[in-house]
Amino acid sequence: MSLTNPSLVDGTQLPPTDSTIAISAPGYRPRAPRTGKGKRRLSQTLLHALLVVGGLAMVFPFLWMLLTSFKTLPQLLKDPLSVLPQPWTLDNYADAWNAVPFGQAYLNSLYIAALVVAGTLLTASMAGYAFARIRFRGAKVLFILFLATQMIPKQVTLIPFYLLMTQLGWVDSHLALIVPGLLANPFAVFLMRQFVLSLPKELEEAAIVDGAGRWRIFWSIILPNLKPGLAALSIIVALDVWNAFLFPLVLLNTPDLFTVPLLLSAFQGQFGSINYGLVMAASAISTIPMLIVFVIGQRRILNSMAASGLGGR
Amino acid sequence: MSDLATGERMPQAAPAASAPPPTPRRESAWRRRDRRWGYLFIGPQLLGMTVFVVLPFAASLVLALASWDGLSELSWVGFENFTAQFQDELLWRSIVNTLIIAVVTVPIGLGLAVVIAVALERLKTRTLYLVLFFAPVVTSTVAVAMIWQQMFRADGVLSTTIANVFGIDPPDWLGDPKLALLAVCIVTIWSSLGLNVVIFLAGLQNISPSVIEAARIDGAGAWRLFRSIRLPLLSPIVFFSSVVAFISSLQTFDTVYVLVSNAGPDNATRTIVYHIYDLGFGKFQIGPSSAASVILLLLTLVITAIQFGAQKKFVHYEDDAA
Repeated sequence: MSLTNPSLVDGTQLPPTDSTIAISAPGYRPRAPRTGKGKRRLSQTLLHALLVVGGLAMVFPFLWMLLTSFKTLPQLLKDPLSVLPQPWTLDNYADAWNAVPFGQAYLNSLYIAALVVAGTLLTASMAGYAFARIRFRGAKVLFILFLATQMIPKQVTLIPFYLLMTQLGWVDSHLALIVPGLLANPFAVFLMRQFVLSLPKELEEAAIVDGAGRWRIFWSIILPNLKPGLAALSIIVALDVWNAFLFPLVLLNTPDLFTVPLLLSAFQGQFGSINYGLVMAASAISTIPMLIVFVIGQRRILNSMAASGLGGR
Repeated sequence: MSDLATGERMPQAAPAASAPPPTPRRESAWRRRDRRWGYLFIGPQLLGMTVFVVLPFAASLVLALASWDGLSELSWVGFENFTAQFQDELLWRSIVNTLIIAVVTVPIGLGLAVVIAVALERLKTRTLYLVLFFAPVVTSTVAVAMIWQQMFRADGVLSTTIANVFGIDPPDWLGDPKLALLAVCIVTIWSSLGLNVVIFLAGLQNISPSVIEAARIDGAGAWRLFRSIRLPLLSPIVFFSSVVAFISSLQTFDTVYVLVSNAGPDNATRTIVYHIYDLGFGKFQIGPSSAASVILLLLTLVITAIQFGAQKKFVHYEDDAA
């Protein structure tokens, strides 16, 4: 589908370095000389004013979540509009943490994401390398099929997929999330093919002339050079797996097996109508760690998302 | 070194995907082995795609034409599931709601993202803004929906502010059927905005500075630069993002499941995927649910085809200009 747009599909559009977004100065170009210094400062101020409004709209719901999570139930009932908690309380956090197995959910989400990411990195870069550089019969047709399957919304296969998992005995097991996750990701294959195409062919030619096997070439020449692509893919896949909801919802039944979003949704079903301070504490427990990881790794994460967006997502 | 260099030139002359080794005899043996490597390398993904995507996909087409309770024998019913679905008021409501969400969120969301990306590109320091706009993208849709549920409370901060400013009764966002759908749209735009901002910003930065400089020397002002240079050069990326955004808004589920608990009030925010989920896992109707899945697939294909048809008119490719 995306092949109709050469400039997006062309491997060169995916810079293998993490320079996709110059987060600050490098991307900034001074305005034309005819604009006076004062005018430039004014337009910068206007831009900031516009963006501050947008930024506040982004941050306010999170801020309100935090403030609500520190309020006591009497305060929430008496005065739902009060801004600051009075008194501040950590009870909501303790109660939410004790009511459902959040620690377990974090472990589940972490190890599922780690396995799916690691597996996808291997299988997708192998397939991406083969589609980019190895000549074999049917390669073209198979690659087009891979692309075509991206057009099928995952939800279309929800019911047969569930029935298949029943047959395999994987319902209410993490296997149902892990194995298909790491073995069936056409987008990852497509992305890794793009990254391999952006590598110079000369890299492997000497090794091919020497008669080195494909596995050795892949493992010791291609993979080390694919690091930026692998980093981007890990971030995209990890985000996807971490936030997945519909498939875990139908596949998992035991609370101890739940992933973080699933447990959060179950928690809301149980306590949502009782105490929303508690619900906001649960939301904070399940979002703040991710937000901290994001702030620490923002440069890499933003660049990866931009690269994947330009490459076909 | 020199014989390596000649070895390097050979494959460049041939359009081969990989470099053939020098001697013909070794070439054929190596080639044969190489072909096997090709299949081995795509093997895991090919197997996974076949078992976990293609097979279930084929099965959903089959199940859409059958009546089956999952246990007893499957019986063919032809297009009965489809005719029943098309007479189901809930399916039509799901389709209309889903299309409303797509038609409202995609243009507004992408438009806002373009404006913000253009504004960000002109700033000296933008890290903080990027982090703020992107924060909802790294937050799970379930958490986003729960956070917004608090924002939309009838006695909440948003409703009360609106009531005070406009002198009306505080709107009951999640209780009023029309407002509930609007609330779903707002949350969808809010949570996906940052992704498009980041992609468009990267696209703007890929525009060669010399093009902008040349237009500026010709006397183009800020608006003219945007309208005639930046926007056309960005349009392929905007188009691609619009296809992705349209497809993903056709798949809206998490938000309506959590924000307005179970697509309420009274199915006012029921979407196609919720319809599929409800038929399949709420009512255990495998056939009708599969028929609804096929309808989602057809809708996705038709809308994507329309978008690709429309792109000729609105999307500018650099190759055309050169």
